[in-house]
Amino acid sequence: MTAAQAVLDRVTRVPGVRGALIASAEDGLVVAEQLMDGVDGRAAAALAGSLVGRLARTADGAGRRAPAFVQLRAERGSILVAPCPKDLVLIAVVAADANVGLARLEMLDAASRLH
Amino acid sequence: MRALEPWVEAPLQTFLAESSARLTLLMTSSGQVVAQHGFSRSLDVMTAAALGAGIGASTEELARLMGSSRFEALVHHGARQSCLLAGFGTPRGRWIGLVVFGPETSVGIVQLFFDQMVQQLASAARRDEPAAVRLPENFEHELDASLKALFGR
Repeated sequence: MTAAQAVLDRVTRVPGVRGALIASAEDGLVVAEQLMDGVDGRAAAALAGSLVGRLARTADGAGRRAPAFVQLRAERGSILVAPCPKDLVLIAVVAADANVGLARLEMLDAASRLH
Repeated sequence: MRALEPWVEAPLQTFLAESSARLTLLMTSSGQVVAQHGFSRSLDVMTAAALGAGIGASTEELARLMGSSRFEALVHHGARQSCLLAGFGTPRGRWIGLVVFGPETSVGIVQLFFDQMVQQLASAARRDEPAAVRLPENFEHELDASLKALFGR
């Protein structure tokens, strides 16, 4: 099992997580994914990569550091994004009833292990 | 943004708004321009269309030599701007899209909304009337008329 697969495996074990993927932050392209049917990984990678890039630029403009974790909450769930080393982002698509706190912990820990 | 046929405008406008592309050119596989955004000179459009169609034909032939089906997209990554060249099927035949974009967006976003535009074009073309038959003897006249329409002069 590769490091990327191990990370995705950890995140997708959290209850309520419908899928996880690693994407290139700058390009918004999928590097590795583990998704349930019906989750469009390509769209999640492109949009989450763009979101994190814009947030980082906004934070920089405000004299702040780039965000360490992003939660985009919607009616039927959330998108969680954790920036990783090597210009990667770890993304999780979670249901509304997911354990977001546990998912966040797992993602932050897993993101730091992606070298 | 200017398009030769009105049904192309809405999908292209949506793509431009969502992708933040700097330049966009939609053309047939033979290099006939269908719509453009961002070009200020007709000469640039003609050159880009000819080059785009040439690259499309070359990559299609390469794919055939390699025994695979045609390539879907070609991306050139640049330091300040990048370029996506993608062929796609429409009810009016095979078209090619040439998109130039900068670091304000990403290749993932451009590809995502480009695919969305392709779907919207396909459904918009079905609702529209069939395309007129283009004859080789009318090419120069049509090219001139197209460039006038695309640049408003």
